[in-house]
Amino acid sequence: MMRIPCPHCGPRAQSEFIYERTVDSVVPLDAPSQEAMTKLFTRNNPRGVDEEIWRHTYGCRAWMVLTRHRVTNEISECRAIGPEALP
Amino acid sequence: MTTFRFDGTTYTAQAGDTLAAALLRNGIGLVGRSFKYHRPRGIMTAGVEEPNALVTVGEGGRAEPNTRATDVFVYEGLVAKSQNRWPNLSFDVGAVLGLAAPALSAGFYYKTFFGSAKKWMFYEYFIRKAAGLGNAPTLADPDRFSQRAAFCDVLVVGAGPAGMQAALDAAESGKRVILVEQDNILAPSLLRDRQEQDADWINATAERIRAAGGVILTRTTASGYWEHDLVTLTQRISEPGQIPAQGVAQRLWHVRAGQVILATGSIERPMAFAHNDRPGVMLSQAVRTYVHRFGVVPGKRVVIATNNDDAYKSAQALKDAGAHIVAILDARPAPAGANSGHRVYNDAVPLSTKGARHCLKSVSALVDGKAMDWDADLLAVSGGFTPVVHLHMQAGGTLDWNEDAQAFIPASSRQNVTTIGGAAEPQAIFQMVPVSSPKKSFIDFQNDVTLADVDLAWAEGYRSVEHLKRYTTLGMATDQGKLSNMAALGRLAEKQGVAIPEAGLTTFRPPYTPVTMGLIAGASAKDAGAHVRRLALYDLHAAKNPIWQPLGYWFRPRAYPTGGETLAQAALREAKAVRNNVGMTDVSTLAKFEVSGPDAAAFLEIICATTVNKLAVGRGRYTFMLREDGFVFDDGTVWRLDKNRYLLTSSTGGADRMATHISYVRQFLCPHLRVSAVNVQEHYAGIAVAGPQAKAVLATLIGEEPPRHMSTVPAAIAGVPVIILAASYSGERAFEIYVDASQAEAVWAACEAQVNEAGGALYGLEAMEFLRIEKGHLVVGGEVDGRMTPHDLALDKMLNKAGGYIGASGLARPALSEAGRRQLVGLEAIAGDIPEGAMLIPSEGASPQGHVSAAAFRIIAGGSVALGQLTDGFSRHGEILIASSPTRGQQARVRVVAPHFYDAAGERYRD
Repeated sequence: MMRIPCPHCGPRAQSEFIYERTVDSVVPLDAPSQEAMTKLFTRNNPRGVDEEIWRHTYGCRAWMVLTRHRVTNEISECRAIGPEALP
Repeated sequence: MTTFRFDGTTYTAQAGDTLAAALLRNGIGLVGRSFKYHRPRGIMTAGVEEPNALVTVGEGGRAEPNTRATDVFVYEGLVAKSQNRWPNLSFDVGAVLGLAAPALSAGFYYKTFFGSAKKWMFYEYFIRKAAGLGNAPTLADPDRFSQRAAFCDVLVVGAGPAGMQAALDAAESGKRVILVEQDNILAPSLLRDRQEQDADWINATAERIRAAGGVILTRTTASGYWEHDLVTLTQRISEPGQIPAQGVAQRLWHVRAGQVILATGSIERPMAFAHNDRPGVMLSQAVRTYVHRFGVVPGKRVVIATNNDDAYKSAQALKDAGAHIVAILDARPAPAGANSGHRVYNDAVPLSTKGARHCLKSVSALVDGKAMDWDADLLAVSGGFTPVVHLHMQAGGTLDWNEDAQAFIPASSRQNVTTIGGAAEPQAIFQMVPVSSPKKSFIDFQNDVTLADVDLAWAEGYRSVEHLKRYTTLGMATDQGKLSNMAALGRLAEKQGVAIPEAGLTTFRPPYTPVTMGLIAGASAKDAGAHVRRLALYDLHAAKNPIWQPLGYWFRPRAYPTGGETLAQAALREAKAVRNNVGMTDVSTLAKFEVSGPDAAAFLEIICATTVNKLAVGRGRYTFMLREDGFVFDDGTVWRLDKNRYLLTSSTGGADRMATHISYVRQFLCPHLRVSAVNVQEHYAGIAVAGPQAKAVLATLIGEEPPRHMSTVPAAIAGVPVIILAASYSGERAFEIYVDASQAEAVWAACEAQVNEAGGALYGLEAMEFLRIEKGHLVVGGEVDGRMTPHDLALDKMLNKAGGYIGASGLARPALSEAGRRQLVGLEAIAGDIPEGAMLIPSEGASPQGHVSAAAFRIIAGGSVALGQLTDGFSRHGEILIASSPTRGQQARVRVVAPHFYDAAGERYRD
């Protein structure tokens, strides 16, 4: 069980979070059909660093983007997203 | 003095005995039967690595099968039974399998699978009876299992001399320390080696660790090393099968450590030679443990076989205890062992043993190329030492090969873990190759795998160690190959003509030693397996003693039977009340979202596949939502409460995933919108009032003209503010009343009084199902099963032409509107009752063309009707099919019709 550094709550156990999807599989609202389907059904699945969307479901309930090495589970960044994180 | 029972006989044990020590003390050599061949087996080790002496400890729900006799400490009244034997341990019918051993060689199962199915069925019957371990208890475990989270700076695993010193250093430098030891004493290896002067050191060190704030847990195993330095500890508070003093039998710890120090030591290896599995063949260090720690001498005439110096300590221990050392077979050339004072044979490798069922009688060996034998009742072997690297490997570490010790030792790790002591620096040994016949040379004692099985797997083309493992089942028993893996690797490397490190390694997985299911479940067992969500009006329902129905985590009344009614009778009475008069029901569990802000309509047009922004204030409409791939996700209603304020409802079962979906879209896809989407599912309780008299009932309740169908007004009932939505799921004129959950009881009571006044009834989920099926309304999880598009459900005319909603681009894929798709249809029975879940076939034996998703009957007129999905169903109205359910043994002839059996024109909604 990983320890995830929630940008709002600090380091917390993975069991407090749910995983949503990788950032590369996010379908933008205005994506044309072909692109949308590619995003949905084709994964990069790198053996290395990937960006993933997680939610602190049993904590602050905020969404965040985790930069995680998929072999070593090293988490190099965890950034907040959502309206509050807009520039 | 403690008494215990083994296979029905009462024995006595000394304080501190393990069950194995106590059995040896009572002269019991035969403890179990092997897994496959039912060979007689005794006690081989003195630790958790024991492969042979597996017993069932305890009785009833407390029984724990496959417990290592070496890993349970005797308590007063302990009851243990041997396993895998019939009718008894001494005379075991299954042992005849041993005679058939050649037929049960490696890959036996796989080879049998490839034979005819009939043959397998024949074998399976016997295999299931013959092969096996203890039986799982059938009664519920009466004990409690607790779980605890803990944090520390340094976790030290293994309280040997190295581990204790590391824990002391860390604790005295101000760190928070947890020290764990799987044994029930500290530094058991010092006791084994009888270094008397160490007792004071152990006590003083433990005292100092505790004084510095350190926590010492004995009888606690670090069973798993997970990510980011999380280690699970399994703590035995009571022994297996023992009634716990405080109710708690075991505790599972989740320890997040800043640093982990592994001082896990090493496990002695057996040697491979014929009949090396006989009772009376024991590991050398185990023999020393029994002599020094427990005061039990397991043999009088002892042969020792070794390839290292350590075994000489055992020889000395045995000699001091009065045993006769017949011979020491040292695989090393002279002058190894020359000054030991024992009769030492160099260049000596064991060949075989002879004995009876319960004991060893003689040992033969090849000494400098010449066969010799000795009478002996105990053979102590030491084939070297395997460092316990399990946790290091579970943590994602790598290994180095230590040539002197012929062993893998921990190298680098990606987690914050270091290994110290014997696990990092195993003793040097002499590399030896088995010379005995491979046939009865066991390497995996628990799964009955011999060197011959490894050879056979090799001959049949299994080259990778991972394949070898699965084909021979080597290392796959409950001991996870603690004794066997190195022997197998050695043989494989020999076959391949490579060095052992090149032969590869299998994966080390948690748990290190078996963990009971109760411990994993912890408090989440029995009724606490899933949480229960209670309706705000739960107490009012419970007072009427309804039949409850679980719905997700919710419990909702399924029907309110009175006067001895069955479920079906009650539901039919309730449904008739709705059709003829008026009924009311609790709809609080529906998903509800309040969406507000200047961009609320724009946001809803992203979530919903229907138009929203043309909705006038005070009006509502049916809506549905799609997944990103274009399939229908959920459905519900959307209501415009105010200029920039909407209420969205959707299904109960999909409520949590809809909440997540809405949050994801809002937070991730459109953070720029000026909108707030709040989950108000449990903020409001909901009451539906439906039936021809519903309007009159509501008028009395709110004191004004109720809103027309698909309109909403704020009102008050019994002085409590409510929102009235005029919507119908039942097909009758109906209203949903939403009220702050904390004030719902007063509103429910007022409604119930009026419904009773009008001669109506409460209705539950079963009646609601009858009503909606007759009306042809969808249910998410039934007709909307994740494979249906809006076209398949005839909802496509409602789609927002402008697009822009989630799923629009997925839905645009041509295949989603091509012919040949399953489409929603109604079914009415010509003969028989339509079974729910039945397949729809044109004739007997034909392939299914669809299925029945929900079946009920016409509430007033009678007759079986159903909703279903049928290939190209829209164009097949009038066809006759068979609805067949082989699992229920029912079938009916049905006619395909439109999915509306009641008021297709919707006239009953209008005033």
